[in-house]
Amino acid sequence: MNKKRLLPESNGVVENAGAVWLALLAFAVLAIVPLFASRYALSVLILVFYFAYVGQAWNIMMGLAGQLSLGHALYVGLGAYIPALLWLHLEVSPLIGVFAGMGAAMLVAAVIGWLGFRFGIEGVYFALLTIAFSEVARVAVDHIPFAGGSGGLFLPVQAADKASILDLDGGPLLFYYVTLTLAAAATALVAWLTRSRHGYIWRAIREDPQAAEALGINLFAAKMKVILLSAAMTSIAGLVNAFYYRNLFPAQSFDMARSLELIIAPIIGGLGTALGPVIGAFLLTPVGEALIAITRLLGLDAPGTKGVGYGLILLAMIFLKPDGIWPWLVRKFRIRDRP
Amino acid sequence: MTLLVVEAVTKRFRGLTAVDAVSFSVEAGEIFAVIGPNGAGKTTLFSLIAGALAPDSGTITLAGEPINGLRPDQIALRGIGRTFQVVRPFPKMTVFDNLMVGSLLRHSATSVARNRADAILERLGLMTQRSKLASELTLPDRKRLEVARALATEPKVLLLDEVMAGLRPTEIDNMVAILRTINAESGTTIVLIEHVMRAVMALAGRVLVLHHGALVAEGRPDEIVRHTEVIRSYLGTEVLG
Repeated sequence: MNKKRLLPESNGVVENAGAVWLALLAFAVLAIVPLFASRYALSVLILVFYFAYVGQAWNIMMGLAGQLSLGHALYVGLGAYIPALLWLHLEVSPLIGVFAGMGAAMLVAAVIGWLGFRFGIEGVYFALLTIAFSEVARVAVDHIPFAGGSGGLFLPVQAADKASILDLDGGPLLFYYVTLTLAAAATALVAWLTRSRHGYIWRAIREDPQAAEALGINLFAAKMKVILLSAAMTSIAGLVNAFYYRNLFPAQSFDMARSLELIIAPIIGGLGTALGPVIGAFLLTPVGEALIAITRLLGLDAPGTKGVGYGLILLAMIFLKPDGIWPWLVRKFRIRDRP
Repeated sequence: MTLLVVEAVTKRFRGLTAVDAVSFSVEAGEIFAVIGPNGAGKTTLFSLIAGALAPDSGTITLAGEPINGLRPDQIALRGIGRTFQVVRPFPKMTVFDNLMVGSLLRHSATSVARNRADAILERLGLMTQRSKLASELTLPDRKRLEVARALATEPKVLLLDEVMAGLRPTEIDNMVAILRTINAESGTTIVLIEHVMRAVMALAGRVLVLHHGALVAEGRPDEIVRHTEVIRSYLGTEVLG
């Protein structure tokens, strides 16, 4: 990439200096929150940033390029299992292992993409293909003994004096900053990508593939790039899954519910926008946590409450604001987000 | 210099021969019109040239290089820009962003592509619509956007599929003026499918008449108008009648 393309004036979003200052301010405020927040509040915010991050990774593929994946849990799972296994068996730092997970996720994404895009499997049928691969991975990991099988994988915690950031061994504070950084970086990336050459190409494909092709866009190459990028980003989220919770089960990691739960924030917030997934995650996650807390308080044993809550919110949104919250705010307050 | 050569190109859809051994060539810098009644195979012919369909037989060459059988994006890259009969703007993108998709084909630096896109918006008189979503435009503006977007790819040959249809007479004159300027200033070769004879007469140096997929006449617009078969097959039933 030549240097000129990175100059701010070539970029419609960066041109809007006010938005950049607001974003930096928000980041600064969130960076000092741990000074005041309780441990519980931190754990909820970690979830918010986590879902903002994976939401962005999925948003790049669906929101920008219009390619529906309902199997993103596959990339989270690979990104969780591979660094975890490398660390457990070979003592490889997860900061290195993450690249192995990323490589595996991209390899599988390349196979899915090649099958789907080369043979023109589109829309819902492509989504079914992504689900199928995710399910196959779940069943496979279930039967791999050194990955713990269906019994799961447990990552031991070191004594506090031996715990090292290189092993991603730390409490909520460490993961607060890890997830905050990931979410902020992914949001900046989506904002930048939207106005980049690839962003234009992906949005054109989302809007009308045939018209895009007539303007010289190689559909196959462009779709492959977006699935590889999305899979790579999603795999990093797996690292948080593995080293924050420190236990992994195939039935949980690769479950379809995982794939669905990560797409709700961008849909509610606004597909294809940089702020949508962030807004969605900030609204949904606390609601989900509150529902869990309430059912617990009432002494009910209803593990599906969060899912039902999300489903109802999704239904309401589709009826009321089908474009999502951010596009609605843009219209209502005439926010300038076009060049 | 001969830029575009179509040689004995045939396309069949099951039993129907949509384009039947059609041959013609277009000189660089020319404005060339394709006319004929509905269902004559005009749009199919365009789709064959632009690569959306592959011919069953025959060859198509652009500047001496065969292009038949290539993908639409490869043909666009080699210098053929097209519009669609039923306009296909990117509806949820702004007018400016629609053009950016086109201009990024030749200029990978977004800053350069932005300047190119703005220059074309200016030329097509779409500057006031720049930040509107394409879905918010009126039909005449959508037609102009369709031309502008194809033009943004800086084509050697611009294929225009009925860009005048649905326009009022003053808008047609406006579009004619725009196309003439593009042709004169950039030397862009234009091949247009058109039902509006007023525009064909004003623009085209040569006219080709298709009927039932076959070439029935080719010549200067005034010759074509006098051609009896044309009057019977096309003008008589569709325009005069």
